[in-house]
Amino acid sequence: MTVELSRRRLLASFGAVAVGASAATVLVERTASASDAVPSDVVPFRGAHQAGITTPAQDRLHFVAFDVITDDRDELEQLLRRWTLAAERMTRGEGAGPVGAVDGLPDAPPDDTGEALGLSPARLTLTFGVGPSLFVDADGRDRFGLASRRPEALADLPGFAGDRLEDAWSGGDLCVQACADDPQVAVHAVRNLVRMGMGVVRVRWAQLGFGRTSSTSDSQATPRNLFGFKDGTSNLRAEETAELDTHLWAQESDGAAWMAGGSYLVARKIRMTIETWDRTSLKAQEEIVGRDKREGAPLSGGTEMTAPVLGELPPTSHVRLAHPQSNNGVRMLRRGFSYVDGADSLGRLDAGLFFLAFQRDPRTAFVAVQRRLAASDALNEYLVHVGSALFAVPPGPGEGDFWGSTLFA
Amino acid sequence: MLLRARALALPSVLLAAALGASACSSADATASGARVGVTAGDGTCELTATSVPAGVVTFAVQNTGSQVAEFYVYAADGTTILSEVENVGPGVTRELVVELAAGTAKTTCRPSDGVDGISTDLTVTASGALSATAKPSLAQAVEQYRGFVAEETAALLAGTEAFVAAVKDGDVAQAKALYPQVRTHWERIEPVVESFADLDYSLDAREDGVEPGTQWTGWHRLEKALWIDKSLTGMTPVADQLLADTEDLVGRIPSIELSPSLIGNGATALMEEVATGKVTGEEERYSRTDLWDFQANVDGARAAYDALAPALKDADPGLATTLESRFAALQAKLDALKQDDGFVLYDDLSKAQVRELADAVDALAEPLSNLTASVVNG
Repeated sequence: MTVELSRRRLLASFGAVAVGASAATVLVERTASASDAVPSDVVPFRGAHQAGITTPAQDRLHFVAFDVITDDRDELEQLLRRWTLAAERMTRGEGAGPVGAVDGLPDAPPDDTGEALGLSPARLTLTFGVGPSLFVDADGRDRFGLASRRPEALADLPGFAGDRLEDAWSGGDLCVQACADDPQVAVHAVRNLVRMGMGVVRVRWAQLGFGRTSSTSDSQATPRNLFGFKDGTSNLRAEETAELDTHLWAQESDGAAWMAGGSYLVARKIRMTIETWDRTSLKAQEEIVGRDKREGAPLSGGTEMTAPVLGELPPTSHVRLAHPQSNNGVRMLRRGFSYVDGADSLGRLDAGLFFLAFQRDPRTAFVAVQRRLAASDALNEYLVHVGSALFAVPPGPGEGDFWGSTLFA
Repeated sequence: MLLRARALALPSVLLAAALGASACSSADATASGARVGVTAGDGTCELTATSVPAGVVTFAVQNTGSQVAEFYVYAADGTTILSEVENVGPGVTRELVVELAAGTAKTTCRPSDGVDGISTDLTVTASGALSATAKPSLAQAVEQYRGFVAEETAALLAGTEAFVAAVKDGDVAQAKALYPQVRTHWERIEPVVESFADLDYSLDAREDGVEPGTQWTGWHRLEKALWIDKSLTGMTPVADQLLADTEDLVGRIPSIELSPSLIGNGATALMEEVATGKVTGEEERYSRTDLWDFQANVDGARAAYDALAPALKDADPGLATTLESRFAALQAKLDALKQDDGFVLYDDLSKAQVRELADAVDALAEPLSNLTASVVNG
């Protein structure tokens, strides 16, 4: 009864029996198309770095930030151990618990919620981080005896000109970034982690995203954001191994040894004023961005991948200001998603960019770039930053490790 | 009220869709009890067996008809709903798992439009297997919980008599003072009283739950008179009905066959009431005395837990430790909101306070949902 059945094995058993009910038939059809590439839909969970950073960006996001509501360090650590095992199982396409959605005792609620039964693992990655408030609370209290281990790079983000941050979209003691090619797989993972965490953590805020807005690998075409422009052309990519150590992965020499192999994640919820942007002329849009809309080529000439000649771009264009050459060569790995939260009270699209960027040190990367952008970027007229959070993303768990085990060691 | 007619048996019901059913059969997960196939067609309702051994029984309800169907399992009295599955669409099979005691039961297939269904009597034979009350600690649990229900029932009746007298005297102040206190006794045993769907409706319906063509009666009708209309004019018949229905209820309660799983699932159901009706402030929309009900539901869940605790401590001491600390944490949050003899009004709670209550409810309700399985299988 407690045999671990992977979703793929369940599929096989579905195929073996004559399934008459319509729901099951639909299930089989759906899975057959989703699981053609069997090995490639599982992203390894364990390793030197956490998955979900240099992993080629998936299509869907469910991001969740938590408050820790226990004062008991052991209780928190136990949750992280249970979460890690559940996360590993789910990334393999199995249930959150060891028994699964339908194989448990009839009198007990299942240890997996079941909506991912029969679905492909969909390249699910679950990436875990800890926020500054885990180390010390607003009153400066050392909550779990971790204050001395707070990395210097995990300095609270400063305010930026034009910020209109809301508590409802900001901060968090912990975060989990769930990415998958199937939204139901990502939602399933977050739902089950939230359920397991009740009494120890509570959801502070969460964000669904669709349509990756960056490529994180040479194998991916550059996608478009909701402004209709290609985004992330000069992103840091998985293939740039040497650059990753310089710009992405925290090093032991950076100070916090427990973070070696980890990275720092800045999350910003950036609302776009879609309707006014849509009334802007094509020429103006291209001058604001600094690229042409059709190909994504810099306005200084060439094709999408041609390096821009910054001096030939409009001085307040986004590409010119955000380019590494304007920022001491600093680079980030951007991994954001578009979001649409329906419509606001005026009937306007409540939409924008859920910006996610991983970097070795936010003080010299995101903070430096955002200061420049906040001061001069022509895009600011069409953007409002409404949410902000910062997390230290520990190195990947090795065999037997758990999320954050180097921090709690 | 009123997760309508979901009552005692609800949390034990597995509404397994066809998806779940297929997976079960391949995984042989339901080998632990009898299975009865039910074919519900247009004007037909056929069961593969009309005699089952006592214990866990799984009904696989297949709708071969053209309309959405419902399937009910009633206790021996033919009116107390033990469990139900609704919205079984044409062509769909759903499973219903229910624990039946030896004796008789009744099943009914019914189209969703409310017309009379087709009933079948079921014989439930005593079986040596899975008689949960065979364990002494569980037999004790049943006796302890029966005592709790009897005490609360007596207090509910006495309180209702006093409340009804105040209403009939036109004593608004006294009636308002008694209202949340008396309802405490209802809310403590809510899963038990809700198993009588007719009385749950006449006693505890909210205004938007009143079915067209029927009169709105019961506690919430009088709540509206007291807090919104601020007048008891014309309320005497409602008050008389309240008392008559309560007396009827008190008379019926001894017929309920309590079992460890009913008690455990009752605890879960009470926390579900808190999570969906009380922490959201939906129960007492006029009086705003939701926290009285909140406390009473928690009291009821605690009493059910206390009855099962000796058995649970044998079966799963870790779960017992968790539940006790979570009960204590929730009670501490409630204690902080006490005022005079009762609580602050729901409208006086800040958003942050509501959120903290909701977090504490989730923290308890999630592990509590494993109570029944732990004691029944432990």
